[in-house]
Amino acid sequence: MQQVFSIPESMKKDFRYTFCPGCDHGIAIRLVAEVIDELGIRENIISSTSVGCSVFLYDFLNIDCVEAPHGRALASATGVKRARPDKFVFTYSGDGDFASIGIAESLHSALRGENISAICINNTTYGMTGGQLGPTTMMGQITTTSPTGRNKEYFGYPIKIAEHIALCDGTAYSARVALDSVPHINQAKQAIKKAFQTQLDGKGFGFVEILSSCPTNWHMTPEQAHERVRNEMIKVFPLGEFKGGDK
Amino acid sequence: MTDNNNEKVLIKGNYAIAQAAVNAGCQCYFGYPITPQTEIGEYLSGKMQELGRGYVCAESELGAINMVMGAVSTGVKAMTSSSSPAVALMQEGLSYAASDELPVVLVNVMRTGPGLGYIYPAQGDYNQAVYGGGNGDYKIIVLAPSTVQECIDLTYRAFYLAQKYRNPVILLADGILGQMMEPASFGKYPYPEVDVSSWALTGAKGREARKIYSVATDEKKQIQHIYDLFKKFEIITQNETTYEEFNTEDADIILTSFGSMTRNIKAAMNVLRKKGIKAGCFRPVTLSPFPHKRVSELAGEGKDFIVVEMNMGQMFKDIKYAVNGQSKVSLVNRPVGEWLSVEEIVEAVENIVAKGLTVVNPGGVEYAASV
Repeated sequence: MQQVFSIPESMKKDFRYTFCPGCDHGIAIRLVAEVIDELGIRENIISSTSVGCSVFLYDFLNIDCVEAPHGRALASATGVKRARPDKFVFTYSGDGDFASIGIAESLHSALRGENISAICINNTTYGMTGGQLGPTTMMGQITTTSPTGRNKEYFGYPIKIAEHIALCDGTAYSARVALDSVPHINQAKQAIKKAFQTQLDGKGFGFVEILSSCPTNWHMTPEQAHERVRNEMIKVFPLGEFKGGDK
Repeated sequence: MTDNNNEKVLIKGNYAIAQAAVNAGCQCYFGYPITPQTEIGEYLSGKMQELGRGYVCAESELGAINMVMGAVSTGVKAMTSSSSPAVALMQEGLSYAASDELPVVLVNVMRTGPGLGYIYPAQGDYNQAVYGGGNGDYKIIVLAPSTVQECIDLTYRAFYLAQKYRNPVILLADGILGQMMEPASFGKYPYPEVDVSSWALTGAKGREARKIYSVATDEKKQIQHIYDLFKKFEIITQNETTYEEFNTEDADIILTSFGSMTRNIKAAMNVLRKKGIKAGCFRPVTLSPFPHKRVSELAGEGKDFIVVEMNMGQMFKDIKYAVNGQSKVSLVNRPVGEWLSVEEIVEAVENIVAKGLTVVNPGGVEYAASV
């Protein structure tokens, strides 16, 4: 019998699955692990972790990690890389961590052209605290703190993270991908690989925004949640490479 | 700039701290400008580039302290420097660094508060440094220099203690020390290099992956972690508590202060002795761990304490706690501005002795503190 799938080498053998059923974090972390395996960099990695559902990265990956307070992952990663430029440094954050409380740290890391890689899971809500309005919550979206939907009068507008990061001169690669279908998952993996390769090539800041589902806080089945990503989120947050792509 | 030798040079406190950090092997500096400590970042910006070490003009103090935390997690020495209202922004990081046992070195060249305050000298960050503004139970090592020479010596010690105990260290200087010039010599960094190989993050090559974190979903582990941190600080208290005392043997009254105010209480002690008042001096060098035990011993011998400080009586509370009713404790203070002069201290002490006062604030606003 031919084996067609296995757990990536970079994943811990004894990890406990801590995400909700249907959550895309599981896919995203698996893709990161596969890319780490394929690039052969596991033993050289130091990751600065974030706060939110993404905090559990270090329970899944068999890599060295240092925690950062909420929003400070990119500052921590900057410190790691400046201290050890020979190490491979990446962050894995949610949209709240990366683009709300941590937007100064994130943008300035890109502006400085820090030679690190950043992954941001955009699920349009604060997942761990139970689904509040965040920096990427879409217009009209109902959350626990926008009970009648996001309106411009009270809440203003969502941020398009990948486009903002692409505007920074220090950014070498910025892309937005999604995990709602197999073709998109394959594209997502290629984008993560490019962002990581960008660092290995010493080109500067590499960034991937991953549109992800949060069935629990969206009050949807996993299937409905992926349909929302496909039919609603991608229209507002278009997929593509905004800097450093092939085109 | 002189380094690694015993020649005396005339040097400003801020530059002395910066060059001492270089000599101590500080591999990375991250900082954001704020008066009266900006010379530290300015000096190091050139020096670190010249030496091929790390330097970032951080986007904020939040960024700076977290860059230090990231850097030191890899086993290198790193520091940031700042001043009072901006050190307030770093309290989140200090709580994490204490919990994560990260050897962060933070220099606070104090200015006034609360709020923006101004760039007058002050000692109002005693509580912020010693008791902290971050969340949870944690302790920081706090060293308070009183001369430019001590700015050098204690910067060396800060880097050593941080790594030796895997604990954040604050060097608590003030605007007077930061801006004044004094003769001082750098000597050589006097401490051994600490072996960090058992915990530093270097990539999981040929060993288990390491994670430095403080999130604890297991209540028992969280409780144990906090006890472990406090047990460690007991060892720090036993090994590292440092103080200076002068003429305490026959003293009836002991003048106490920290940092640069120590200079004036030493001079006031000599004047008071000539006037027939048997005064001594006691000065904690480590504000945390605080020399409570020694203060308690001296109070047990019936010696009264007069605390002289440029704040509303912050170290005063630690002295009161240590004295614990064994003798009288009085306060001579001014919250900000011109340092309490030798004459003002002498007059205040004479008033305390003659009139039995407990609080004297020379030249200040009429104010009766309930102490």
